[in-house]
Amino acid sequence: MRIALFATCIVDAMYPRVALATVRVLERLGHEVVFPPGQGCCSQMHVNSGYLQDALPVVRNHVKAFSAADYDVAVAPSGSCVASLGHQQPMVARAGGDEDLARRAEAVAGTTYELSQLLVDVLGVSDAAEQLGSWFPHTVTYHPSCHGMRLLRLGDRQKDLVRSVAGVEFTELPDAEECCGFGGTFSFKNPDVSAAMAEEKIGNITATGAQVCTGGDASCLMHLGGAISRTGAGVATVHFAEILASTRQNPLEVTGPVELSIPGPTGRRHRTQAAAGSAAGSASSDAPAAVAADSGESR
Amino acid sequence: MSRTALGMPAVRPVHGQGNLHAETAFPAAAKTEMGNTQMRANIRHATHTIRGKRANVVKELPDWQALRSAGSALKESVMANLPELLEQFEANVTARGGTVHWARDAAEANRIITNLVQATGSTEAIKIKSMATAEIDLERHLAEHGIIATETDLAELIVQLGHDRSSHILVPAIHKNRHEIREIFLREMTETDETLTSEPRDLAEAARAHLREKFLSTKVAISGANFGVAETGTLTVVESEGNGRMCLTLPETLITVMGIEKLVPTFADLEVYLQLLPRSSTGERMNPYTSMWTGVTPGDGPQDVHVVLLDNGRSAVLSDPAGRSALHCIRCSACLNVCPVYEQAGGHAYGSTYPGPIGAILSPQLTGITSAENASLPYASTLCGACYDVCPVKINIPEILVHLRDEDVRTKHGQRPTADAVPTEDGATAALQTPAGPQATAENTDGGRSTGSASGPAPGRVRRLFQRLPHPPSEMDLMMKGASMVMSSGRRMALAEKALPLGRAVAGHDRRISWLPGMAGGWTDVRDIPAPPRESFRNWWAQHADETQDRVRADGVVPGTGPGQPAGPRQSEEDDR
Repeated sequence: MRIALFATCIVDAMYPRVALATVRVLERLGHEVVFPPGQGCCSQMHVNSGYLQDALPVVRNHVKAFSAADYDVAVAPSGSCVASLGHQQPMVARAGGDEDLARRAEAVAGTTYELSQLLVDVLGVSDAAEQLGSWFPHTVTYHPSCHGMRLLRLGDRQKDLVRSVAGVEFTELPDAEECCGFGGTFSFKNPDVSAAMAEEKIGNITATGAQVCTGGDASCLMHLGGAISRTGAGVATVHFAEILASTRQNPLEVTGPVELSIPGPTGRRHRTQAAAGSAAGSASSDAPAAVAADSGESR
Repeated sequence: MSRTALGMPAVRPVHGQGNLHAETAFPAAAKTEMGNTQMRANIRHATHTIRGKRANVVKELPDWQALRSAGSALKESVMANLPELLEQFEANVTARGGTVHWARDAAEANRIITNLVQATGSTEAIKIKSMATAEIDLERHLAEHGIIATETDLAELIVQLGHDRSSHILVPAIHKNRHEIREIFLREMTETDETLTSEPRDLAEAARAHLREKFLSTKVAISGANFGVAETGTLTVVESEGNGRMCLTLPETLITVMGIEKLVPTFADLEVYLQLLPRSSTGERMNPYTSMWTGVTPGDGPQDVHVVLLDNGRSAVLSDPAGRSALHCIRCSACLNVCPVYEQAGGHAYGSTYPGPIGAILSPQLTGITSAENASLPYASTLCGACYDVCPVKINIPEILVHLRDEDVRTKHGQRPTADAVPTEDGATAALQTPAGPQATAENTDGGRSTGSASGPAPGRVRRLFQRLPHPPSEMDLMMKGASMVMSSGRRMALAEKALPLGRAVAGHDRRISWLPGMAGGWTDVRDIPAPPRESFRNWWAQHADETQDRVRADGVVPGTGPGQPAGPRQSEEDDR
């Protein structure tokens, strides 16, 4: 299948390893991944901040970029951004008086899946260890982000995939369904409430004793990770795509200072090292991830 | 026959007055409230308890989603036929010996009620817990006219005796624990002494003794209403304690204040709401006391029965198709109990009689978004959607929050006239035509607690005029404009992302950013930002897209040879919304 990756703006700019992990998982299943180059953002930041007029060009751009590309289905490693495509883009277009754009936005949204939706519902993945070779020998808890849970009704798709990874010791998060307090611009417009919500969530996370808290939205994980960094709670926040991408031969490291870069300088000489995307919260790029480095040099 | 289009009526519905205003913007008010750790602990405990009870009794009903849909559809039909239903209701109440009064706003309602109490010669009234009377600040108005109204709902009594404000729709004293309640009773109830314990049973007994005397001696009762049945003229009060039942049956005069949105078309429709309401509010299958009365029953109960139909901004809410479903609210407070923002900030932070998610959409709509600091309320949410999931009448609160944010932004940019400043022929504004006059409206904008008393109109007018001018662009405006420009082009995104190494430099050695200037400082006050990556995915991919084979080999998994071939796709779950 030809799959178009909608990286989402935050993953594109801040968490390229999450996009790469998504690519690795899909390529491993034998699918071709393309990146429509015109893509920008889903417009959610503008819409949720009340700037519907400024959202309109962003929506127009997304619809144009994905209408122009040739693919079977599109995927994004974010419940929130995928929900925005279906729930908000048509509304923004209609508020701007562009019914044609609204219809085209609906069509693009109709073929765009959140990663766990694509893996479970379309590609039939139910056992990550078996079908993806996923291996991650850590204690993991899982925070279901709100929009994936309540707008996309993802249910346990993300959690079940993570639980099926070899080596994962899973612990349930108490009050998991409570919002982490990110909320887009809410996080700095109402910083005190947002911080109190994060504190509560982090208290629940540390109570599980897990080394890693995973989830399906990089934005919520950035918020939680940023608050954990301030409190020194010592739990890594990792997108579930990176856990699925982690294998015995190319494992994801979760200790050491946070490094968001795709490892290795972008030269061909280091390409496989670059491909060995260890993770947010992983070892520095100077320490090549496991076996990846030796298998790559000569190709 | 030829017809001439006359257009829509020029007069906009007036906005509400009374206890509907956030006098301090939500972020600041929340910060203050959050300093009270006892209050936060009390609220956390109480909301989590009710939340669990609700979930359990909702789970029992296999047709819960169908009930919600019915509740929503019925209210939609009520809103679509409101004028006819109100007239039908009035006719039926009147036919059964009751009297119906129409109040355009809080000042008018207060005036009507005060006159009715004064006509009985009584200087005392007993009250059933009611959001509508809290909204119009009735108690204060009555006190100014020498009438003492005593709350008979236990929690309302605690708030009243504590000279406090309600912080929850259902449990107004949710912010107090039993030890604090004991203190209030000891201080305010002359008949109590140090032997009073903080056991709930003892506290309830003390309140019971305190109130029993009032029930037997007071001639006038004032209530709200949960539902009014248009078809029969029947009013309904749903409660737990039985004190409401006392108020509804013992006095000679009964005055009920009901928001015009509280109607249901037929008696049978109550079937839906009496299943939805108790389960959503107290987490009970059925509430202990459901009282219904229709006009006057000769020789039984109050013989002098009045209904005050309250608009106070509801028509203004109804005039906005995108926001009007806020009027479907049956005041169950399920949205408060699941809201993580409410849980942290508490009800007082919202400023209005209506706190929590429903308050964040209802208050600014009732008053107009430009009134006091109510424009800050729609932002008091992460849009997590928990409120929408539990709402028994399916009010899409997150969607209306976003709609109101858009309205706020457009209003500030002068792209939309403020609803309370619509020019009319004489150059005045529509809002100035309220019966209370310009003073009340101006005062409303300034402080909110309008009583209709006169104050100088000039400052309000100047302020109103100023509000009509477009604001200069804010930091937020500029950020949004810039982001819109960048994010609407893959090429511009790629260019902007070339600056990522700059962020890395700022992050420095410990690879985190702990301070940012201006608005973004709201983030770094409480959180770090990790050092950005050297390169965005987009720019990386431009060099590495074709290295699929290498990537797969590095991961050590070869496609198609894995032990488990993909099984068939699984069916999507039913959306239970």
